[in-house]
Amino acid sequence: MSAHSPSDGGTSRPPPLTEPSGGARDQRRSELRLELRGITKRFGDLVANDDIHLTVEPGEIHALLGENGAGKSTLMNVLYGLLQPDEGEILVDGAPVRIKGPGDAIKVGIGMVHQHFMLVPVFSVAENIMLGAEPARGGFIDHAKAVKLVRDVSQRYGLPLDPDAIIEDLPIGIQQRVEIVKALTRDVDLLILDEPTAVLTPQETDELLDVMRGLKAAGKSIVFITHKLREVKAVADRITVIRRGRTVGTADPTAPESELAELMVGRAVVLEVPKDEAVPGEPVLEVAGLVVADDREHRAVDGVDLVVRAGEVLGIAGVQGNGQTELVESIMGLRPSRAGTVHLSGQPITTWHTRQVLRAGVGYVPEDRSVDGLVKEFSVAENLVLDLYDLPPFGGRFALDLDAIEAQAEQKIAEFDVRTQSAHQPVGALSGGNQQKVIVAREMSTPLKLLIASQPTRGVDVGSIEFIHSRIVAERDRGAAVLVVSSELDEVVALADRVAVMYRGRVLAIVSPDTPRETLGLLMAGIDPSSTSPTTGTPASGEQDTQGEGMSEHGEAAS
Amino acid sequence: MTTSTMDVELAVPEAYWTRTRKTGAVMVVLGLLATIVFGALAGSENARFALGENISGAGFDIPGTFGAIFFGLVALAAGVAMLVTGRYFGVLTGVALAGFIISALCWQMSVSPVSHTMPLGFIAAATFTAAIPLIFGSLGGVLCERSGVVNVAIEGQLLTGAFFGALFGTLTGSFWLGLVAAAVGGALLSAILAVFAIKYLVDQVVVGIVLNVFAGGLTAFFYEQVMRPDTDAYNFPGKVPSWPIPGLVDIPILGPALFNGNIFSYGSLIAVAVVTIALFRTRWGLRTRAVGEHPAAADTVGIRVLGLRYANVLIAGLVAGFGGAYFSMLSTTGFSKYMVSGAGFIALAAMIFGRWHPVGAFFASLFFGFFGALTGFLTSISSPIPSQFLSMLPYVATIFAVAGLVGRVRAPAADGKPYVKG
Amino acid sequence: MTSHEPMEVEPGATAASPEKGPALPTPGVDQYHVDPSLPAAGGVEHHDQADRQPKHRAPEEAKAKRSFARTFREELWANNNFTVTLLAIVLALICGAVLMVVGNAEVRDQWQYLLYQPGKTIGDTWAFVSTAYTDMFKGAIVNPDTVNRWYWNMTTWQQVFYPISETLTNAAPLIFTGLAVAVPFRAGLFNIGGQGQAIMGAIGGGTVGLALSLPAVIQVPLGVLAGALLGGLWGYLVGILKARTGAHEVILTIMLNNIAFLFLGWFILQKGIKDPARSDAISKPIQESGRLPQLIPDPLLRANLAIVLAVLAAAGVAWLLKRGRFGFELRAVGHNPHAAATAGIKVGTTVALTMALAGALAGLGGTSVALGTAPALTVDMLGQIGFNGILVALLGRVRPWGVVGAGLLFGALQAGGNAMQTFSGVSVELVGVIQALIVLFVAAPALVKAIYRLRRSPAAAAQAGLAKG
Repeated sequence: MSAHSPSDGGTSRPPPLTEPSGGARDQRRSELRLELRGITKRFGDLVANDDIHLTVEPGEIHALLGENGAGKSTLMNVLYGLLQPDEGEILVDGAPVRIKGPGDAIKVGIGMVHQHFMLVPVFSVAENIMLGAEPARGGFIDHAKAVKLVRDVSQRYGLPLDPDAIIEDLPIGIQQRVEIVKALTRDVDLLILDEPTAVLTPQETDELLDVMRGLKAAGKSIVFITHKLREVKAVADRITVIRRGRTVGTADPTAPESELAELMVGRAVVLEVPKDEAVPGEPVLEVAGLVVADDREHRAVDGVDLVVRAGEVLGIAGVQGNGQTELVESIMGLRPSRAGTVHLSGQPITTWHTRQVLRAGVGYVPEDRSVDGLVKEFSVAENLVLDLYDLPPFGGRFALDLDAIEAQAEQKIAEFDVRTQSAHQPVGALSGGNQQKVIVAREMSTPLKLLIASQPTRGVDVGSIEFIHSRIVAERDRGAAVLVVSSELDEVVALADRVAVMYRGRVLAIVSPDTPRETLGLLMAGIDPSSTSPTTGTPASGEQDTQGEGMSEHGEAAS
Repeated sequence: MTTSTMDVELAVPEAYWTRTRKTGAVMVVLGLLATIVFGALAGSENARFALGENISGAGFDIPGTFGAIFFGLVALAAGVAMLVTGRYFGVLTGVALAGFIISALCWQMSVSPVSHTMPLGFIAAATFTAAIPLIFGSLGGVLCERSGVVNVAIEGQLLTGAFFGALFGTLTGSFWLGLVAAAVGGALLSAILAVFAIKYLVDQVVVGIVLNVFAGGLTAFFYEQVMRPDTDAYNFPGKVPSWPIPGLVDIPILGPALFNGNIFSYGSLIAVAVVTIALFRTRWGLRTRAVGEHPAAADTVGIRVLGLRYANVLIAGLVAGFGGAYFSMLSTTGFSKYMVSGAGFIALAAMIFGRWHPVGAFFASLFFGFFGALTGFLTSISSPIPSQFLSMLPYVATIFAVAGLVGRVRAPAADGKPYVKG
Repeated sequence: MTSHEPMEVEPGATAASPEKGPALPTPGVDQYHVDPSLPAAGGVEHHDQADRQPKHRAPEEAKAKRSFARTFREELWANNNFTVTLLAIVLALICGAVLMVVGNAEVRDQWQYLLYQPGKTIGDTWAFVSTAYTDMFKGAIVNPDTVNRWYWNMTTWQQVFYPISETLTNAAPLIFTGLAVAVPFRAGLFNIGGQGQAIMGAIGGGTVGLALSLPAVIQVPLGVLAGALLGGLWGYLVGILKARTGAHEVILTIMLNNIAFLFLGWFILQKGIKDPARSDAISKPIQESGRLPQLIPDPLLRANLAIVLAVLAAAGVAWLLKRGRFGFELRAVGHNPHAAATAGIKVGTTVALTMALAGALAGLGGTSVALGTAPALTVDMLGQIGFNGILVALLGRVRPWGVVGAGLLFGALQAGGNAMQTFSGVSVELVGVIQALIVLFVAAPALVKAIYRLRRSPAAAAQAGLAKG
């Protein structure tokens, strides 16, 4: 009783997929000139986009460059109809259009690959691609036609796909390819790629850049959103830089990186942390042969050996998603290890529960403060004792001492300069930098043997960054061992006394922070310049022989 | 320590104790229990399985002790096979369970003081009859939840359907109009669910639970105030006509169950087929499933997420409401308060047990219906097995299912999550 | 979490999107969803706006957000909860009045003559409805006639307090089962299993009450303890299954409700439990020494120790949530299990213990019926107290003292409903409808506001409708 009638539940706004045979395509205009005029978008008091102008010529790759939070994604969501602008207009081929939803955007020839893929994980590739524009006869889906379409399009643009594969089984890079093909089957002429490389490995990134060049050759325009200068320089025809919601200029990809960076950030970036030479002492954290699986049962940490000594900062550099998260979570007892050992001051802690690890003198600043670091609904005071509430003087066997908790809060708020109305304010109402200070204050409120800080300054304002960095160095100078994980190479280099580069779950090399950027970059891409074999975990040569004990063993085992 | 698998992506080798082996171990225990205990307790009398709808007529006999031991061994063998091979989960589980049940029956029937005969045709018919409201209810659940709206209001939808069917069937004097009213009644309750869940973003489980109380109270109130004082005028719907299919009815065992039916029994089969095809073969179905799994993805390709959800919740109400009429227009004549008495929750269980798939829900409903029929039969032969424990089986089975002991059950990813456009 | 998880399945899945600074409202998938662990219904706490935002949204972003959800929440929390609750009650009573009229043959027939005798129609209707609700009030709080008669020494003082006593008697189990929903709610768990846990509690308490003959000072506490223990075990089963296997507690509790119900049906038929003197399914009567003592020893005033225990339980829960160490863990797990785990809290253990506590509270509710008002164990002795407990908890906004208030209100409605049925001939089933409606309206304050706006000015309502549509 329900087969036929309900087919009107979804709209059929986007036209059903047409078979894009050469002849059919020629009838449609295959070039699109896009112009955004004075786009302004406000969220309450915050102006996310302020009078933005942008022109994308047919067949060009136009990079939209800007820092995190500059307003790039908002702009593209306006363009794709997911948000409505408060002011300004969008012109396609010179004529103003009103884009009320993604359906309208597709109709005028604009497609978008979202940073978080818009794919149904349990559907097949073909099902995802045809969704919303299904080839059908009388409401019944023509699956063969959809499969053929996927094959055709993926072949034409050199993006091989298995139409019957299930999305959740595919690697991220392939999923992204599905998104691109999905847009292409809708016959779009302008493709928005929102931070497409954020989740990709360097190789996948290079592949994607090639794909972009291929699409350009096929006459498509691309808006490429990123904050990575290297990629922009590699592929873009023109660059528009956005800062704090405003267009601050357009640039040529031949412009030197420093100039682009200055445009993007608004000042010359010098990230330096004043610190003295480290005086390393006894080994505090010793990780040997650690193997950890990620949520998908893949080998995320693949035999890592590390030693962090008292009084030194070991920085872990690497592209996000190369096992750093799992490594840290495993040390903290949040993720079981499958092999290997972790020792803290000579004591095995491999199988300890998180609470035991914390009590043993480990401070932990987790990578994502809003997910793992804070309970946003809790007050600042409560968050300041989130992992100390059961210790005297805050809590006994059964009861909490609210006065002691409050006193601690007042003291920490003053010491760490947390900007909050009161200790009772929910921590979620604080700015990112102040939230991070709450975590840092909490983790440093007990004497530490080891401090683990993951992405300690992500999404934090400059003032707070300096403050947090100085506190980390102070911990080191006090004699704690410090492990800093950051995907910002600048941060790692500025803080660390030694830099370990992680790639595909392994420590590829441990080098000095003075190592040239090019070398570090190559290491992060999985290429060890000092070794003939590109992917085996041979420890770096040179001055870093003190921590080599576990490493060399492992290196031999590996090769 | 890691040398051998350096470049293998998979970190963990498959554990020995897969779900098949775990289940196999359970089956071995059950098989042993059946062989030893049932075998020892069984009597020397024959257990007779009659093919027809009553205890006379053709059939076959199994000596009690032999049957109990033999089928216990069948269950044991199937369990061992699962342990050894670690494969053929579905088939072997079925064989083992069947062996266990037949073994138990041989024991019970051979020692029964009342009757040693089980009329299989009757059992089959009773199974299907008991399953009918569950089929409609669980289809209502599937339709709703596949689009991402949790439906714990099935109980209320069935009850509203039963009430509307009886009331309007009597008022209009037409059985058929009563059926239409039943479907509309279910949809009306669904509409409340839809508005609260989709528009006002109230927690869907909360709305569902409250709606069950609401529907129960409302129908009971009108039953007390209106129907009971004047049954003839308000609570005397027509009788459901029976439509046997000549020839096919005479097929042994299954004939009476499937082909001596009525609008409800044929309707339930048609509904399962239609919903299955619609969900998995049509544009509407693909979009429904997309909205239930990842509404944002559906939205970005121009699908109206909320509209589709409204439509699905309403259709679910139509289906469940129609099924509710079974209670007041087939199983008894007329409505009585709280008459659905938990069938809506069993239907919910059937939907989960059937893994949110219409065909799965259909078989789960039959499975639960079978235990209902078996309970009735064992009571009729004065079996000492408490009927309450047999009635518990659907619920226990569902707990096993959701606890992942019988394989992981995965709900639609966006089930229960309201969609708010960014 | 190397990468891109298949979206919104788990709260933590979006952790891979840290590239976004907090100042930018990205269309990250998580924003499309209201956090299910927050009771969009009654709401838990509301110190502040930001409190209500889904967990993973940065505050600036939240402030910047102008979506329907935000408008909705703003309305929700800018609103005085008490006002909404009051309006919801009034609205539900109005709906109840309409149902009364539809359900009464005489008044309904009179409406056919609305155009000919408008005065009489309205008058009759008003008289009927107001009499019924007056009877309800008299049955729930106090009957002025009785007070008057007592003043003239025509009746005893006990008669004056009879309605209040009935209200308290009905309220006690509801407060218990309400708390059994409210506590897990604060830990992010929805306990639909109050009914089953209460049944197990009644079995535990009832068995002690009917099987033993000890001095009351021993047998009563023993019975109460047995009820709490058995209910607690039934709850713990849910918690441990959820913690170990990730099975959803809503499904588990629904199934366990039915299992408990069937078990009770079997249990009261067993030798030693069943009353041998009777042919129907009923247990032996509860011993006098096992019964909860009445507050005032008088045959008319049934209110017993249960209501005192219920209020004490609420006070205990309030203390636990505010000052208790376990309460801190429970709330942390409820708001953000990831952060709780990172802070070293054992999330699984907390979930299991929370459900055990909830089960014990519901078990006490069942025991309070078994040892308080029920003469013996029967299949339907508990009615729907478990499900009504859900309504009570939601109406009380899952706060302990809110639950006490809501429990008293529902107890009063129940007591008053009985009186209404007796004196006005309106079936007591109407009470269930009114209770459900109150909770529905409270759950959707936006709706309540819309309705009242509509009554003030049709134009404004039309606009509001457009804005929402």
